Amino acid sequence: MNDRLQLPHLDYAALAPMLILFGIACVGVLVEGFVPKRVRHSVQLTLALAGLVAALIMVIRQGDNPVITASTAVAIDKPGLFLSGAIIVLGIVSVLLIGERQLEPGGAFVAQAAVTANTDRDREQAARAGGATEVFPLAMFALAGMLLFITANDLLTMFVALEVFSLPLYLLCALARRRRLLSQEAAMKYFLLGSFASAFFLFGIALVYGYAGQVDFHSISAAIRAGGKDDILLYVGLAMLAIGLLFKAAAVPFHVWTPDVYQGAPTPITALMAACTKVAAFGGLLRLAYVGFEGTKTTIQPVLGTIAVLTMIIGAILAVTQTDIKRLLAYSSIANAGYLLIGVISLNEKGLSSSMFYLVAYGFTVLAAFGVVTLVRDADGEATHLSRWAGLGRRSPLYASLFTFILLAFAGIPLTSGFTAKVGVFAAAIDGDQTWLVIAGVVSSAILAFPYLRVVVMMWLSEPGETTPAVSIPGAMTAAALVIGTVATLVLGVAPGALLDLTQKAGSFLG
Amino acid sequence: MSHFPYLTVLTAAPLVGAAGVALLPKDKPELAKRVALGWSVLVLALGVGLWTQFKPNGDRFQLRDSWTWIPQWGAKFTFAVDGIALVMIALIALLVPLVILASWHDAEHSKRSVSAYFALLLALECTMIGVFAAQDVFLFYVFFEVMLVPMYFLIGSYGGQHKQYAAVKFFLYSLLGGLFMLAALIGLWVLGGQTFDWQTLVNADFSVNTERWLFLGFFVAFAIKAPFFPFHTWLPDAGGAAPAGAAALLVGVLDKVGTFGILRYCIPLFPNATKDFAWLGLTLALVGIIYGALVAIGQNDLKRLVSYTSIAHFGFIGIGVFAFTTQAGTGAVLYMVNHGLATGLLFLVVGMLVARRGSALVTDFGGAGKLMPVLAGVFFIAGLASLALPGTSPFVSEFLVLIGTFTVNKTVAIVATAGIILAAGYVLWMIQRTTQGTPNPKLAEIKAMGRDLSVREAVVVAPLIALILLLGFYPKPLTDVINPAVKATMQDVGKTDPKPIVGTVEAGK
Repeated sequence: MNDRLQLPHLDYAALAPMLILFGIACVGVLVEGFVPKRVRHSVQLTLALAGLVAALIMVIRQGDNPVITASTAVAIDKPGLFLSGAIIVLGIVSVLLIGERQLEPGGAFVAQAAVTANTDRDREQAARAGGATEVFPLAMFALAGMLLFITANDLLTMFVALEVFSLPLYLLCALARRRRLLSQEAAMKYFLLGSFASAFFLFGIALVYGYAGQVDFHSISAAIRAGGKDDILLYVGLAMLAIGLLFKAAAVPFHVWTPDVYQGAPTPITALMAACTKVAAFGGLLRLAYVGFEGTKTTIQPVLGTIAVLTMIIGAILAVTQTDIKRLLAYSSIANAGYLLIGVISLNEKGLSSSMFYLVAYGFTVLAAFGVVTLVRDADGEATHLSRWAGLGRRSPLYASLFTFILLAFAGIPLTSGFTAKVGVFAAAIDGDQTWLVIAGVVSSAILAFPYLRVVVMMWLSEPGETTPAVSIPGAMTAAALVIGTVATLVLGVAPGALLDLTQKAGSFLG
Repeated sequence: MSHFPYLTVLTAAPLVGAAGVALLPKDKPELAKRVALGWSVLVLALGVGLWTQFKPNGDRFQLRDSWTWIPQWGAKFTFAVDGIALVMIALIALLVPLVILASWHDAEHSKRSVSAYFALLLALECTMIGVFAAQDVFLFYVFFEVMLVPMYFLIGSYGGQHKQYAAVKFFLYSLLGGLFMLAALIGLWVLGGQTFDWQTLVNADFSVNTERWLFLGFFVAFAIKAPFFPFHTWLPDAGGAAPAGAAALLVGVLDKVGTFGILRYCIPLFPNATKDFAWLGLTLALVGIIYGALVAIGQNDLKRLVSYTSIAHFGFIGIGVFAFTTQAGTGAVLYMVNHGLATGLLFLVVGMLVARRGSALVTDFGGAGKLMPVLAGVFFIAGLASLALPGTSPFVSEFLVLIGTFTVNKTVAIVATAGIILAAGYVLWMIQRTTQGTPNPKLAEIKAMGRDLSVREAVVVAPLIALILLLGFYPKPLTDVINPAVKATMQDVGKTDPKPIVGTVEAGK
């Protein structure tokens, strides 16, 4: 036996994307300290975008070269690379929304989070001061954490990554420029519930370790196949792990934070969470289900299936009653988590590829949706109450048309990405003998169409009221984000071939 | 492909026109109307070209175009028509220019953009042609669903009372049906060898239970679309609220997708299940005939009344489809066309009356014929066509359906005959209460009621009346193309016609 501590071999090329993002995040922190306030925003923005683009290039270069590195802690396999690419691309679009400063002076973020809300000083900073630029390094830390999370090959790395991407998000939620109490409440709620979820996850790790004697997925999978150990440890542990992940994925009954947080957080951050966090959470869930616990298939399918049905139906029904556009999109996001779960539960090759397709398709659409939400505003900031959207189609037909298209995509009308994505997961489920999930999915889709249609009716068929706000002309960055989101929604609906091909080639996980 | 891709061009052309009309400057509504009309006439010309290329005694499916689309799913842009689809496409190509002409001033009194109205009509035409021309099941589904979007905006933005309610109800009902079909469609894809090609799927075999579930998924969608009792409640609302032109297309064409779907998809794909559930189809259709007619008699709103009469007529079509004889099937398809002509005409004429009176209530009329005899006369002709008077084309189809059904199921045929009597009731009573009798004194105060049929309106109704009469006496051009297609469909279900006992009855006798 060798007493010298062996440093694990690191494949730097494979790890480059997350290393770049972590590095950029650290540089961003330094920028906060040493760069004059005047230019800080542009420097941070440039850094963030450059870092993301560089990371994306590294992901593409790694391409067809799956490796397990850092001892066995990180698996840069094909699905991992695909999902990394997805997070980075969606992250770029989110950063465009985050960096927007033309819609209101100083951007969507508070200048000094420490100033007490609703004081004179707070009003002063809301009116004028440039927003906090710390959001960029925080967002980069979050994105880097997500990259690690979806490629983590053992439970402990996964837990560390979960915390790395969660903590910045908690902070980001609290940084809204307006309605700060709501924003702080959202952050607090998210933090407390998120901590509980993390604790469950950690406890689950301990139990699974008790069962398998190891924390890496390969060994866990082998232990399950070998059998002969105490199954209670395994299933209780697995349930706790699932709770931690389903919380992030916003599945019922772990969804209660979602509407409050989506509503309270600054809208660009809501967009980031709805698009990127969703990819990360489901990326982790996919790896857990397909690599670590594939052997428990017969047990987890009905349990997760029940959760999926609950998530779809409850998300859809509660969406019907919403009167705030951000809460409505939050419930829609919950229902969409249900559709994604269908793909996960199928536990076949189609399930994996269709889930990945769904994540990308949904991410682009939801980014465009929140992009439009940032535009509909009056003197007090965004006008998110649905009644304020009445007659928007008359005031600004272009953005109302865009949003209508996005809503049709959410409703799953053909020729939008929402439709192709749903077809994909439904096909995977029928292929995996889970037809009941498809029936539930179909019913919930029909329910869910109603709230979307209500917004369409509001925008087009209602008369504009006194209080209908005008739509602001977006700055270049929001416009870019909107265009990317909408075009992707259309292209993935009309000609999904290329992305389908990519997801199918992304094949399977390395165990 | 050796031939000119008629179907692809025919489907794409209206969409191009829609985009063009939508992009025209908003302050020139007159230009938008003219472009839309010109374009739809162009599409009609293409439709005529398509008809001439179709060989009645040729292959079952002709003029096939195929382009790759989503190779991973085996979905293709495949278009091909049989006789059934051909006559429906011809009906669409004919109705749309007439509807555009009839709707000339409809969009003006709403506060919405005029050009958008005509762009939506053209977009609707694209999806309607596409849904009949598609030969790929996935493509069919796409058109089936997308069709809802332009119609939703036509009703919701340009409709009358309760338009929002009607539009949402229409959309949600159709979407629900469509989603069940989607589930069945995906099931079909998984079990049928991961392809959406119609021919391949027809050849695939399924277990008895699977076939039944798949059938029901498709059937629910088509029964809502058709609509059959008890899935019909959206139609009177939508038909009552929609602007007259859109209502004519909704009832005249859109609803036929339901019965067309049963003929093209349910029967060939799931022949055994279709036979097993034929009783269900027949029952729903029969109830629809009687129920639709009875409720129609009680209506006070002209557009709702016509919508209910259509539910009764769809019952006849349904019987024809589920009787599984060539005569009844041919009658049903012929009925789909003739009903499009007759009810399309009726809706357009009702629209003209409503536009003058400013109300669709029967009680707001009364003796209107004294003020505008020609329009009242046209209304009368449309009504007679709708009640299937011999000499008008719907009679031929109704008669074929009934005798075709009588040979296999006497009870159904006899009960359905009662529907004819009720039809006379609702049509004649409607005409009597609106155009006959003592003139309603209020009508004289309305200036517009003094205007009789204008030249534009005459141009709209003349071709329809001419066709109704022509096809009433000489339906052969239609039956020649429909018959082989229906025969092939009946072979799919494995049914042969019973031997005639007395003698054969020629169509149109």
